[in-house]
Amino acid sequence: MNEKKIIAEPYDVERAIPETESEFRTQDMLLNVGPSHPAMHGIIRIATRLQGELVVDSEVEIGYLHRAFEKSCEASTWNQSLIYTDRLNYVSPCINNVGYCMAVEKLLGLELPMRGQYLRTMLCEISRLADHLTCVGAAAMELGAFTVFLYMMIGREYYYELIEDYCGARVTTNCSRVGGMPHDLPDGWLDKITWTLAETRRILKECDTLLTYNRIFVERTQGVGVIKPDRALAWGFTGPCLRSTGVGYDVRKDYPYLIYHQLDWTVPVGHNGDNFDRYLVRMEEMEQSCRILEQCITKIPDGPVSCDDKRVVLPSKKDTYGNIEGLMNHFKLIMDGHGIRVPQGEVYFAVEAGNGELGYYVVSQPGENSTDGCNDRPWRVRCRPPCLNFVAALPEMINGFMLADIIPTFGSVNMIGGELDR
Amino acid sequence: MAIEKRYPEAIFDWHADHGDRTLVIDGDRLLDIARLLKEEMGYNVLVDLTAVDYLPRKPRFEIVYHFMNLETKARLRLRAQSDDEHPLVPSLTPLWPIADWYEREVWDLFGVKFDGHPNLKRIMLYEEFKGHPLRKDYSKTKRQPLVGPQN
Repeated sequence: MNEKKIIAEPYDVERAIPETESEFRTQDMLLNVGPSHPAMHGIIRIATRLQGELVVDSEVEIGYLHRAFEKSCEASTWNQSLIYTDRLNYVSPCINNVGYCMAVEKLLGLELPMRGQYLRTMLCEISRLADHLTCVGAAAMELGAFTVFLYMMIGREYYYELIEDYCGARVTTNCSRVGGMPHDLPDGWLDKITWTLAETRRILKECDTLLTYNRIFVERTQGVGVIKPDRALAWGFTGPCLRSTGVGYDVRKDYPYLIYHQLDWTVPVGHNGDNFDRYLVRMEEMEQSCRILEQCITKIPDGPVSCDDKRVVLPSKKDTYGNIEGLMNHFKLIMDGHGIRVPQGEVYFAVEAGNGELGYYVVSQPGENSTDGCNDRPWRVRCRPPCLNFVAALPEMINGFMLADIIPTFGSVNMIGGELDR
Repeated sequence: MAIEKRYPEAIFDWHADHGDRTLVIDGDRLLDIARLLKEEMGYNVLVDLTAVDYLPRKPRFEIVYHFMNLETKARLRLRAQSDDEHPLVPSLTPLWPIADWYEREVWDLFGVKFDGHPNLKRIMLYEEFKGHPLRKDYSKTKRQPLVGPQN
């Protein structure tokens, strides 16, 4: 098993579940929380049956944001589908880009040069920090800690700036391509990361002081939304929600990709599987991401950031405008019906997103008019969203708790609508 | 592998292209094989469940399962084939609770039915939606009438 870092002590779960007061005769009440609840971020409907304030039964309904991601991919070429992956998780889109590109590269049998891999790793960790900052900040705000939210938003802003410096956009990043990266690092980017990491640590320390020993925050999160490790595995949990129960599964450690196995970092695990542990795991993961980034900055080698396979990677602008071979190469890769030719096959590739295992199941099947057994567009792209599992298990995590406990529980599972109903 | 010994007639094909071990199996024997995988071979996590429509090939639908063994980190993909226009495979909800939502999603988007599912209704789309949008013969420009609130 992995190197683990236990960050929380066992907690008495039984204490948290309140007893119903039998002398009060109350009638069951049906209450819809959502689809858009003022105290809860995101659109989702939780239909609850209440006994007083106690949630005795609940059902979750999703399907408010669907963007037809999988259908759109079938109608786009391999690189065009990339833009749809941005919006799957609008808080950490780089990880989604990288995951999709690496799935297609696995199908093509390509591997990036070292500098490209470092660059992808750094973008992934920057995204993870932005994701966790948003999640913890929003969850804290929902419990009244508005200052923490503002501090965390400042931190996230720094990361969005870094992403903007690299690819020109803040949320719809498109920061990767099949077979490589669009371009090399901008000047002074690494120094800016060093500065940002120092700022992040300051913010995290501040927020840690504001939350971790805060009576209100602790009382409302500890022992609430508890899930046991075996149930979490049965529900297919991954990411911080699984690690908070004590199972140290992390795609970056267990199925190494990019350069994670060459770096020195640990997988934080919790113990109780409650909201407080999910918060602690995320806080510690941010520190680990900072460590990964620091090592990347010192170790990043020189060299190209893309493969030199002309059938996949666009030629440089100098070649496209400067000589006929480059122009033809560009033309072939862009023209409809040509593009990247991916041979028949199927592949599943998973990356560790902010919420857990984000997998792409990509199928290539020759189309009707294909003569070479390849296709320039995917037959099927399936995204395995990490947060579907959490939302499916939400009834189990909120039944038996108070109505007000729905809010912190929902905040701590970090539902992302774009991934959830695609 | 233990599956081949136990159910030789249910396995149509197997390969390990790109390092992903894959078994193509008969959809009718899915529940037996999944139980064997979970209880004897330690594949304790159902990572993903989806379907692919291979129109105009016959059999048309394949329901794809990804399993993971958390102990050994082994992964296995099952592709259960279902051949007619009204595909039906057994439900895995007795083994993994998450199969409930995954299967509802596949029913909603592909029209694959799951035998023994406790609550097979649409999950992404509304109840009045006609057809199954991820089928290859469902045009991507097709529109559905807007259904407003009943009251």
